[in-house]
Amino acid sequence: MKIHEYQGKEILRQFGVHTPRGMACFSVDEAVAAAQQLGGAVWVVKAQIHAGGRGKGGGVKVARSPEEVRDAARQILGMHLVTHQTGAEGQVVRRLLIEEGAQIAKEFYLGMVIDRSTQRVALLASSEGGMEIEQVAAHSPEKIHTARIDPVAGLDAVEAAQVAREIGIPDAAIEGAVAVLQGLYRAFVEKDAMLAEINPLVLTADGRVLALDAKFNFDSNALYRHPEVVALRDLDEEDPAEIEASKFDLSYISLDGDIGCLVNGAGLAMATMDIIKLYGGNPANFLDVGGGASKEKVTEAFKLMLHNPKLKAILVNIFGGIMKCDVIAEGVVAAAREVHLSVPLVVRLEGTNVELGKKILAESGLPIISGNDMADAAQKVVAAARGE
Amino acid sequence: MSILIDKNTKVMTQGMTGKVGQFHTANCKAYANGANCFVAGVTPNKGGQNFEGIPIYNSVAEAKAQSGATVSVIYVPPAYAAAAIDEAVEADLDLVICITEGIPVHDMLRTRYKMQGKRTLLIGPNCPGLITPDEIKIGIMPGHIHRKGRIGVVSRSGTLTYEAVGQLTSLGLGQSSCVGIGGDPINGLKHLDVMKLFNDDPDTDAVIMVGEIGGSDEEECARWIKDNMRKPVVGFIAGVTAPPGKRMGHAGAIISGGQGGADAKLAVMEECGIHITRNPAEMGRVMRKVLKA
Repeated sequence: MKIHEYQGKEILRQFGVHTPRGMACFSVDEAVAAAQQLGGAVWVVKAQIHAGGRGKGGGVKVARSPEEVRDAARQILGMHLVTHQTGAEGQVVRRLLIEEGAQIAKEFYLGMVIDRSTQRVALLASSEGGMEIEQVAAHSPEKIHTARIDPVAGLDAVEAAQVAREIGIPDAAIEGAVAVLQGLYRAFVEKDAMLAEINPLVLTADGRVLALDAKFNFDSNALYRHPEVVALRDLDEEDPAEIEASKFDLSYISLDGDIGCLVNGAGLAMATMDIIKLYGGNPANFLDVGGGASKEKVTEAFKLMLHNPKLKAILVNIFGGIMKCDVIAEGVVAAAREVHLSVPLVVRLEGTNVELGKKILAESGLPIISGNDMADAAQKVVAAARGE
Repeated sequence: MSILIDKNTKVMTQGMTGKVGQFHTANCKAYANGANCFVAGVTPNKGGQNFEGIPIYNSVAEAKAQSGATVSVIYVPPAYAAAAIDEAVEADLDLVICITEGIPVHDMLRTRYKMQGKRTLLIGPNCPGLITPDEIKIGIMPGHIHRKGRIGVVSRSGTLTYEAVGQLTSLGLGQSSCVGIGGDPINGLKHLDVMKLFNDDPDTDAVIMVGEIGGSDEEECARWIKDNMRKPVVGFIAGVTAPPGKRMGHAGAIISGGQGGADAKLAVMEECGIHITRNPAEMGRVMRKVLKA
């Protein structure tokens, strides 16, 4: 689960990391009032969306008077901000962060991720702040310093200071940098984060170390113990279809094709998308109905897929284990009737009670196309989507 | 022969009094030699009871001492599952299979840290378990699709593993053992660990390796195979069409920071001599072709 920059900075402050003073705003007037309340002579008006690359897309502006704050807020609020992470249609900006300007002497990068191969939290730090870390990794990997953190000892001050020195933080500011590093690590662990980034971390002209940005992604499996994180969720930033799916415990991801897929199991669901593509079609979604799909779940899954105006055909691919094929067949028939299915439906069943399942489909009177195996089903659904 | 488990393995179920634990323990008990294999259950405060004649103990240590079980399978809910693994490791079991899906990643980091220097092996979490056909099944896979034979299967997925097994069985190719290592980012045995076991198993002739997007375990395994594997390997990676930055159902199935894409994995695997297929319907047929060559 992702959160906004201003929320991330609030978390960082709770763990002793310094940030510029700022206020979240939802209207132009609020933005101007915030600038006046913050005082000073320079403000930064920042679009709050979950995607990165906001600056390049015109979502971050420097203002030198309350009038300039007003102009910037007017331009940014409500805009469709397009970045490399939003897709071509962009993301509508509904929130702003108004911050006091900082006198930047140098920019750095700090990140934390779960390193799968060493099974540790990895700290990434670089002298190349403000750039995407993937770019730095591709062009000058020697500028990324990595430390893998012992989960029992945590990130100690000596190790943190060493990382700070390696990326070129001057001696006078090491203490401030250590506070940031240790604070970020504690926030990462205590809040069950999967990813955290401060990019840029800046050294100011007067020698302070400040987090100028904050990005967090939290482990959705750990949200049950963090109601305070769940409260930060912004549904406007999420795909409505994915939100709807989550209500029914369905794992759904929208894609840009026209063939809907309903599958049990994540690996098989991905493989189903892949085989549709392999036979010349384009999957419209990833949809894993999980291990215990009821008739209700299957019906909701059909409704979700049918909300997509581009949808031309549906492929149901089930390998029954715990889930019995006759149960899923009954679910498919009931769902197809309830939603008055208007696109061709190809069903491939395999596994437990497969013959019973096929019989239910055949006797339903519905124009269901039966797929003998995964390849046959994929070829049939691709042809059906083409109107063949 | 087989890897990790056989008809003589003695198993305890952690979380046996829950609905899921009961359902699958009953199914496993009914499969092949299961009635002799599933000898104990563990649920705190329910010691002294029994389920279908299987005695329940309060702790793993007690279950091990009383029943002789050296392997455990875990169906404990996600919030308590990491602690259940810890308990099995402290009791010095040979092998722990954690079926539970949805364990917080930081819990698994701490559990894996505690496992350093211990002898207990972990399979999973978020996995279907493992099976040695016609001998023993520990987990949630449908037993009847398997057939005894000489092909090993290792996979990060559940139903996609069944797909591979189903294809093999329909072509008359039986399996030595099938291992689901799970779809989580922090787990126990990896493709590489299981591949080494298959390489050393005299009753495994060839292996199907099923991977998916995320991480670099498949690449590491492929590089080892290139230098060490004495048996042919057929490989498939799910998620060629998965968009970057999106978690595809499994917690570990995500392309992030340009890493973990399916095409890159397939390229490394092919380079290392693995017989890859991009068609998930062809895993079995590619294996048959490789064996005939």
